[in-house]
Amino acid sequence: MQVTGTVLTTRRVDAYHALTVVAPGIAERHRPGHFVSVAVGGPGTSMITRRAFTVHDVKPDYGGTVELVFTVRGPGTAWLAERRARDTLNLVGPLGRPFPLPRDPVHCVLVGDEYGAAVLFPVADALMERGCRVDFLLGGASADRVFGAMRARRMAATTTLTTEDGSLGLRGKVTDALPSVIADTRADAVYACGPMDTLRAVTAVAMEFDIPVQVAVEESMACGIGVCMTCVLPVIGDDGVTRMVRACADGPVFRGERVRFEDVGTIPFDALGAPGGGARHAG
Amino acid sequence: MPVDMRTFLAHVELANPVTTAAGCAASGRELAQFFDLHRLGALTTRSVTMAPRAGRPTPRMAETASGMLNSVGLQGPGIDAFLERELPWLAQRGIRTIVSVGGGTVAEYSELARRLADAPGVTALEVNLSCPNIEDRGRVFAREGAAAAEVIASVRSIMRYDVPVVAKLAPDVADIVSVARACVDAGADALSMINNPLGMAIDTVALRPSLAAVTGGLSGPAILPLAVRCVWQVHAALPGVPLIGVGGVMTGDDAFQLILAGACAVGVGTALFHDPYACLRIERELEDLLQARGFQRLADAVGLAHRPPGSAPRHLLVDSEESSP
Repeated sequence: MQVTGTVLTTRRVDAYHALTVVAPGIAERHRPGHFVSVAVGGPGTSMITRRAFTVHDVKPDYGGTVELVFTVRGPGTAWLAERRARDTLNLVGPLGRPFPLPRDPVHCVLVGDEYGAAVLFPVADALMERGCRVDFLLGGASADRVFGAMRARRMAATTTLTTEDGSLGLRGKVTDALPSVIADTRADAVYACGPMDTLRAVTAVAMEFDIPVQVAVEESMACGIGVCMTCVLPVIGDDGVTRMVRACADGPVFRGERVRFEDVGTIPFDALGAPGGGARHAG
Repeated sequence: MPVDMRTFLAHVELANPVTTAAGCAASGRELAQFFDLHRLGALTTRSVTMAPRAGRPTPRMAETASGMLNSVGLQGPGIDAFLERELPWLAQRGIRTIVSVGGGTVAEYSELARRLADAPGVTALEVNLSCPNIEDRGRVFAREGAAAAEVIASVRSIMRYDVPVVAKLAPDVADIVSVARACVDAGADALSMINNPLGMAIDTVALRPSLAAVTGGLSGPAILPLAVRCVWQVHAALPGVPLIGVGGVMTGDDAFQLILAGACAVGVGTALFHDPYACLRIERELEDLLQARGFQRLADAVGLAHRPPGSAPRHLLVDSEESSP
C-alpha cells in the first residue's frame, strides 16, 4: 500500500542516517525482511525512481512507525538525509518476501555487513519470540560503519564485531569470523544481509557447515513492486532451472545456496531464456 | 456532470483512455495488489516473444534527469507460458488486455499472431516494432516503413478481423509520418507512439557506461515533448487513425497534451514505477481538467490543438450556456 508518512524523528547513527516515519498501514503489515520504497526529491522532482530501504524497527507508537536506515550514496539519499521531523514522505510497502522463520527453537547466527545489519533486528526479535538462540556477527570497514553493535549486545547471546581496519572488534571481514562463530554457537541456521560479495562468502561458509542460510540481497531497484524488471539476479528454482528473478518481488530474501552469486551481473548461459543455447533449448 | 471518458481504439470501446504502457505492468498481478485492474482503460502486457527470454545483464537501469534509462531486453516467459498462465489470469477477470508482441523476424511475429489469434481475452494486439531485425543486421523494424509494413501486413492477415492491430512506433527515425503511413497502409488499425528513444549514461566514478548493455531506452517526463511532437505530426498527416500517445506521462496535464495533439488513448509507463496508482490518478486528473475546460466528452478534445488559429473552441459555448441562466 502507498501512504504519506510523517517523519517523527531523524538521527545519525555513526556513519548512517535513521528516519522514523509514522506509517500505520505499513507498520501493521510488516514482517521481518520486508522493505519499503520511498519517493525522493519532493513534488516536481527530476528523480523519478523510488529508493528501496530495509526496515530497522517497527513500533506501535502513533498507530505504527517504521525506522529506515540508509547511507548517503547520491542525490536521492542526500535529499532524504535532509528530512526533518514533521516532513512528509511518500512510502510504498511493505514490499518483498519476508524471512522464513524456523518452527523450532534453534540456534541462529545473524550476519550483518555495514547498514545491511539493520534488517536483522526485527528478525532477531521474531526469532527470540520463538525461543531461538540468537548470535550476532556485525562488521564494517571501520568502527563507525558497524551498525547496531549496542543493540545487538543487549539482545543476543553473543555479539561478534569485525572491522577491516581493526578499529573495533576483530580485524577482518565478517566472513573471516563466521566459521568460528558458527562452531562456537553450534548454529543451526544463518541469516545474512549486506553487499553481494559478503553474501556470497557467507553462503559459502554456511554450505561448508551444511546449515541453511537465508540472505537478503541489496539490488538497485526502480519500482520495488515487480513491474520494471531491472533488479534481476540469477537464482536456481525448485526445479533446478536458473531464472533471472526480481530481487523486489521474488526476494529480497533467498536461500543463499540458490543464488548464483558468481554470475550476478550476467545472464548465465544455462539460464531460462538466455541468449543462444538457453533460448533455443527452451523454444 | 461527469465527462464521458469513453474512447475507441478502432472499433473497440475502452471505458477510459488510460492504459498501461507495454513492459511497465509485468504480468498484471503486480499492480492488482494495489488497485482493481478493471479501472484501467486497458492493460498492455510486456512484449511477448516466442521463446522465454532472460533479458540483458544488470545493471539494467540508470536514473537520469527527469527520466531513466533501461535495458531490460524484453525479459519474459515466452508465448507458451504467457498463454498458459498470464493471459488466462487477465481474461478470467475480464480485464481489457492489449497484448504486445516482439520478434526478430517477420516469421516470428506471424507465429506469435497465429498463437494469439484464437486465444480468448485479446482486446487488441500491439506490435512492438522496436525489435532488432535479425535478417537486417539487427536494425529495428520501426526504423523504416517497408520493414515495419511487412510485419504489420503479415500480422494483420493472421489476426481475427475484430481484434485491432496496433503498430508501436519508435521516435528514433528521420520521418515518423512515413513509417506511420506505411503501417496504416499495411493494415494497422491504430498506432501507438512513442517507444523509448535510445540514450546512454556514463558512470563518472567507474569511468564506464552505467548500463551493462551500454545503451538503453530513455523514458520518463524527459521524453514527453518528443511524444507530443510525434503524435502531433502523425495526427496532422493521418487524422482518421486512432493513436495511443505514450511517453513520459506523469500527470493528467501530460495526458491532456497528448489528447490535444491527437491521441485518443494514453499509455502510462514510467510513472507506474514511481506511483503504482499513477493510472488512476492520471485518469482522474484528466477528467477534472476536461471538466474544468467545459468538455462533456473526451472525444471532443482529441486533436483539438490542431484547429486553425482564430477558430473558437467548441467548449466555450458550453460554458456560456451553463452560466447564462
